[in-house]
Amino acid sequence: MTELAMTKPVTAVKRKSVFQAIWKYKALTALALPGILFLLINNYLPMFGIFVAFKDLNYTKGIWGSDWVGFANFKFLFTGNDAYIIIRNTLLYNSVFIAINTVLAVLFAVILNEVKNRYLMRFYQSAMLLPYFVSMVIVGYVVFGFLNPELGFVNKALLEPAGKMGISWYGEAEYWPYILTFVNTWKSIGYLTVVYLAAIVGIDPEYYEAARMDGATRWQQMTRITIPLISPVIIIMTLLAIGRIFNADFGLFYQATLAAGALKPTTDVIDTYVYNALLVSGNTGLASAAGLLQSVVGFILVVTVNTLVRKFSNENALF
Amino acid sequence: MTQRANPLIHVLLLLTSLVCLIPFWLVLVVSLTEEKTLLRYGYSFWPKKFDLTAYLYLIQDATPIVRAYGVSIVVTVVGVIISLAITSMLAYSISRSDFPLKGIFTFYVFLTLLFSGGLLPWYLVYTRFLHVQDTLWALIIPGLLSGFNVLIMRTFFANSIPPSLIESSQIDGASELRIYFSMILPLSLPVMATIGLFVTISYWNEWFTSLVFINNQDLYTMQYLLNKTLLNIQFLAQVTSVAGGQITTRPPLESIRMAMAMIAICPMALVFPFLQKYFVKGLTIGAVKG
Repeated sequence: MTELAMTKPVTAVKRKSVFQAIWKYKALTALALPGILFLLINNYLPMFGIFVAFKDLNYTKGIWGSDWVGFANFKFLFTGNDAYIIIRNTLLYNSVFIAINTVLAVLFAVILNEVKNRYLMRFYQSAMLLPYFVSMVIVGYVVFGFLNPELGFVNKALLEPAGKMGISWYGEAEYWPYILTFVNTWKSIGYLTVVYLAAIVGIDPEYYEAARMDGATRWQQMTRITIPLISPVIIIMTLLAIGRIFNADFGLFYQATLAAGALKPTTDVIDTYVYNALLVSGNTGLASAAGLLQSVVGFILVVTVNTLVRKFSNENALF
Repeated sequence: MTQRANPLIHVLLLLTSLVCLIPFWLVLVVSLTEEKTLLRYGYSFWPKKFDLTAYLYLIQDATPIVRAYGVSIVVTVVGVIISLAITSMLAYSISRSDFPLKGIFTFYVFLTLLFSGGLLPWYLVYTRFLHVQDTLWALIIPGLLSGFNVLIMRTFFANSIPPSLIESSQIDGASELRIYFSMILPLSLPVMATIGLFVTISYWNEWFTSLVFINNQDLYTMQYLLNKTLLNIQFLAQVTSVAGGQITTRPPLESIRMAMAMIAICPMALVFPFLQKYFVKGLTIGAVKG
């Protein structure tokens, strides 16, 4: 009651004059200002900078002074084979990652929940989280430890003793879809498992008690209670991942492959392509066209997905 | 229910745990194996000839590593402090239901999660507008604030700080800043610890900003130094030629490389068991609602 009485006059003031109100809350505005300013520079200025995609960027003329070229950058991007390859790779990798990660993470969460020994549970969880915790650079080292063509474990300790020729891993593109999928799963499975485990722990134990009274087996409890009750979380996590399907994990594709040029047909994704166009080959036109394409499609996907989330569960929608 | 879990479950989980841990073991063992043995037999999971030369090399003249460590530590510490300050200030203000700009600011933060300008415009802002390339700021500024963290913190403030607490302080005559510093901050330690941990990890593991903005070797972070040495063994030789000044034999480049990786993993691996609880808590906060 007192709360209500206290906030009412405040809203009344707000109606009177917005500026007066803002002045009244100048301290809160000041608190917000550094963060607002940061986002302006780091996020909003680049958003306005997307018009660069329609320019022939020339550093001596400056960003404003460069010539407008309309859709020339996009034409250039789509005339070659590049656009097809990078879009295909990005979409395929992300789809496979989403499918495998979701299935495995739910599986591990369900069986981790069955472990009643606290110490063992903590051990399993820590072990699975450790890869998530290290940087992608370290992941690059780990992959290199296995696949180094001269000294790596796979060639030296597995293939050679079996009488097979060592494989030049960083020169053969065909193996990498499997390698990268494995590495991605290895690195991210612990995180997703914890997310789903938290959802499972949140289920009311009464459901299980009632089920046991009715004689439900463990398996039945799992398939009839656990999975259905965490399915909203699964759906939302999956939809969110779909919303990001046009964004590849740059670190994975850059570090794990050691940026080897020979692997491009199967490992080049939009993010690595933009990076290369911008900072290696210096082709700002291509970089900006591919970047804009990515941002726009990404935006459309996120908004679409959010509409879907809203359908499933209003409270989990982002906006 | 003291029902034991199915032994199959333990077998599966144990195997998975091993798959997660064994790769690090390989790196460790390589760093501890004598170079000649490595060159003959390749990397393996058991040191055929145990040897500490790689670490001795790195200790003997540790300048490049110590410098890179220093850069990483400075960037992380400064970054985390500023980041927590501006994230919590913004999050607090938009958590106040009586703040007239709340709606606009929340949307302003939120929009950054939906749409981005892409790498090129972002790069141009930092290099042509802020001119931060080859400075420590290039490593600190980009990671300062994520909209996602702001929204997590806002949810925390809105849910766990009773509005009546703020109102009674206002009645007692406390200024907004006073309320924020002496009431809100102490009450928000759990969320600060969680977000602080996330930001610490992301600063410590960051290498992309170095890759994009840093050419000056004195400003290499630990991760970027590692990145350079993995991609380019000549670079490693160049780093260690300073180190091996007094020793006439060829430095054990293969094991040194892996030894550097171990040195970089160390701080995280040591604190990880203690922070894991917060980490898991944070993951679940973040996952349940952005």
